[in-house]
Amino acid sequence: MSEPVLQLSDVAVEYGRGGERVRAVDGVDLAVARGEVVGLVGESGCGKSTLARAAVGLEPLAAGRVTFEGHNVTHLGRRRRPAYLRGLQMVFQDPYESLNPRRKVGELIADGVLLGGGTRRDGLRRAAELLERVGLPETAVGSYPHEFSGGQRQRIAIARTLATRPSCLIADEPISALDASAQAHIANLLGELVGDADLGLVLVSHDLSVVRRVADRVAVMYLGRIVEIGDTNTVWASPRHPYTEALVAAIPRADGAGVLPVDLPGDVPDPANPPDGCRFHPRCPIAEESCREHDQRLAPVAGREIACHIRSRSAAPAR
Amino acid sequence: MTIPAGAPLDPPPALPSSGSVERRWGRRRRRAAAPPAWRRPLALIGVAVIAAWAVIAIFAPLIAPYNPLAQQFTILAPPSAAHWFGTDELGRDVFSRVLYGARITLPLGVILVISAMIIGSLLGGVAGYFGGWTDNALMRLADLVFAFPGIILALAIAAALGPQLRNAVIAVIVVSWPSYSRLVRSLVLSARSAQYVVASRLLGASGPRILFTDIRPNAAGPVLVLAALDIGNAVLLLSGLSFLGLGAQPPTAEWGAMVAEGTLNFNDWWVGLFPGLAILTVVLAFNFIGDALRDLLDPRTARAMRL
Amino acid sequence: MTPDTATSDTVTGALLRVDRLSVALPTRSGYHKAVDDVSFAVDAGEVLGIAGESGSGKTITALSLFGLLPHGARVTGSIRLDGTELTELTTKQLRAIRGRQIAMVSQDPATALHPIVPIGTQLTEHMRHHLGVSKAEARSRAADLLQTVRIPDPERALRSYAGQFSGGMRQRIAIAVALAAEPRVLVADEPTTALDVTVQAGILRLLDRLCRDRGLAVIVITHDLGVMSATARRLCVMYAGRLAEAGPTSELLARPRHPYTRGLLDALPHPEATGAPLVPIGGSPPSLGRVPDGCPFHPRCRYAQPSCATNRPEPEPIAPGHLLACPPDPLRAAVSEREAP
Repeated sequence: MSEPVLQLSDVAVEYGRGGERVRAVDGVDLAVARGEVVGLVGESGCGKSTLARAAVGLEPLAAGRVTFEGHNVTHLGRRRRPAYLRGLQMVFQDPYESLNPRRKVGELIADGVLLGGGTRRDGLRRAAELLERVGLPETAVGSYPHEFSGGQRQRIAIARTLATRPSCLIADEPISALDASAQAHIANLLGELVGDADLGLVLVSHDLSVVRRVADRVAVMYLGRIVEIGDTNTVWASPRHPYTEALVAAIPRADGAGVLPVDLPGDVPDPANPPDGCRFHPRCPIAEESCREHDQRLAPVAGREIACHIRSRSAAPAR
Repeated sequence: MTIPAGAPLDPPPALPSSGSVERRWGRRRRRAAAPPAWRRPLALIGVAVIAAWAVIAIFAPLIAPYNPLAQQFTILAPPSAAHWFGTDELGRDVFSRVLYGARITLPLGVILVISAMIIGSLLGGVAGYFGGWTDNALMRLADLVFAFPGIILALAIAAALGPQLRNAVIAVIVVSWPSYSRLVRSLVLSARSAQYVVASRLLGASGPRILFTDIRPNAAGPVLVLAALDIGNAVLLLSGLSFLGLGAQPPTAEWGAMVAEGTLNFNDWWVGLFPGLAILTVVLAFNFIGDALRDLLDPRTARAMRL
Repeated sequence: MTPDTATSDTVTGALLRVDRLSVALPTRSGYHKAVDDVSFAVDAGEVLGIAGESGSGKTITALSLFGLLPHGARVTGSIRLDGTELTELTTKQLRAIRGRQIAMVSQDPATALHPIVPIGTQLTEHMRHHLGVSKAEARSRAADLLQTVRIPDPERALRSYAGQFSGGMRQRIAIAVALAAEPRVLVADEPTTALDVTVQAGILRLLDRLCRDRGLAVIVITHDLGVMSATARRLCVMYAGRLAEAGPTSELLARPRHPYTRGLLDALPHPEATGAPLVPIGGSPPSLGRVPDGCPFHPRCRYAQPSCATNRPEPEPIAPGHLLACPPDPLRAAVSEREAP
């Protein structure tokens, strides 16, 4: 396996002031290689968006390190972002907010080239190329973002990041704000780009089904931790962590069979006050007494890694 | 709703406000969308008036029947065929003086506002983007100016600098710039956290670049609206200072000064009325234009006005 | 008790019957139909699904059931609630019906509940207005309702505020508020779109239980076919304001006959399918006033024939209870060859 383009080591992110600091992300390790799509899934409050932002430098780290191509990814403070981080870009969730409404599409995309020292002419030429690459007409260079639909705008946003010739993209819920057909388009596009440009892609989404189709590996997060990580098909077909099982069982199948999805009782605990021991144990169907003391970290089981000491020690596969 | 590329935006069906819920189905819509800019009569009038004054200002030497400084006519003669606006107490043709007055008021008003706009916007932009001490210092300075009513402060400054038209202009600029600063600062503050700015920063854009390339186009609209509405103010202030003797000095034909003369000759109504009307038309015209600009740029009414 | 059909002609006992409903909305270019000749019916104790993407007219359809259409909307057709023709009622009469006979739960639990009025008051206020019960009685009923929707510690919840609850809880409370005046029809417009998948599962189960236990007629409106599959017994698929296909959910999702239904299913990442990329439907749904002539879907349809551009398809029965608005019916052969998944 080649050197990872993006490496997160024991990353922790906090927010809040003074004595009331809350750990939104706690002790996360993640490596992304070029040409690989890593899906990051989880429900509200799991910290996946915070983790994505920290990976790109938009959030300060409370602990741990993020390295991109060997360089330390520093927090984007007042200063200009260092040139060696140009290859690490982000695609945002809201295509209506991430494009400047008063600038033409061509200029927006050309930014990436200009900021890398290119000329305006180079920039616009590249903008036209990239627009075609993402499936939009070249003539779009002269238009404004509001003339496009959500799905098209997201393509423009993607083209904008491609202008810097990135080696790693972090996509934070890139399709949640879109229509069903637009979602499929964008998901496909991202998959293609990874292959063509040999990009590393971290795809953050609450929509497990889409991640399942696009990601090579998937990491499941719960309350600031990764609870299961492994090859997508393996994790999907036979999830081992009880939370992953619950997630998969909760997805309604569009097969007409009329089967109600399984629900997971209880609520996500307040991240300011996580449960003792295993964070999932209050809602876990297989929880035992020992779960309250044992805060299991990721350990390899059956071809992937999970953070569950019960399943780790049991040789029998999950139902 | 998904909109095909290139298609004009149709307003999406809006959910009714609580008032209209009570309407019966099928009743015809009463409240029409705001009319497009070119159908607003006031704005058109405004533009026409300013255009007319601009022409007058440029061609005054060719249009004016007499030399505005020539004191050779009957003193205080009422309006007649020879002197459309009559003559003043020094025997000068009021009509010619009003025409020439445009050459002072119009260009100065515009220059004044542009200067205040540039200075204020730069300072406000810096304050908003960098925050901290710069922000504090600049905003306290602006507060200092805001603490005084405009005319009072302008008066003080003009008086301190000496009664000259140039000093009056400086005084009005000093009084006007803080409004732009405050506006631009708040625009920059809100734009700073906008996602498109974050995206630019990720691409490696520096602070100044973001201010000029990303934030400026979004701030330009409201600033221009403020400027358009402000010209009226500026003209009033400038004329006011001249009225008080602190701006244009005699024998310069400036409207404010002419109105001052008019107050000394109340019975001869034409001396003060016509320059006063000139000021009125210019200020009103700029206000109409400013209003239309503001509606044009307000996202809610703007959508209804798009082609 | 539950008629097994989607056509309004043969449903005589249906609680809510919509017959050839059309809603035209005023736009700058004149009136355009957001809903065009749509018919469906739902009976007590059953769940009907209305599926479609944005611009399909599904939300306008829902609003028309309440008389809450935008200013100037023109409605033709019939909406009969237990025999009463809703389109002919005065505003005052409609107000009496809203909440009491038919209630709505919508997408955003954050804005559906008043942020600074205690939950208890939001529930009892409704009840007292429509049912005329005493304060004490209302409070006790409110606690029961919260119990029904599985809010823990109902007494305390009554005194709490919306902001103190999570998204899923708020949606449950919103459902409780909708049920406060004991309506017979519940319209849920994208009830779980904003929720996490495990929370969604809980809400879907709740809706199913309420429907069965209370004999509610439920209309679920969503673009999520997975949600439809889990909850709705019958399904109407709308496109550009018109009915594309309607019938038993099990049939439509397993053996879709309309190319649009097929397209929607193909565009969905089917959890069981492997590897193959998602097949999105090319193009995008038409916006109001730009609906193509003939079949509205034909520009995006891979089976389109010349007649599709000129002939407007009407929903025709192709099996008991199964309507299809696609005269060429290109998928009939495909369906009979394939086995049901």
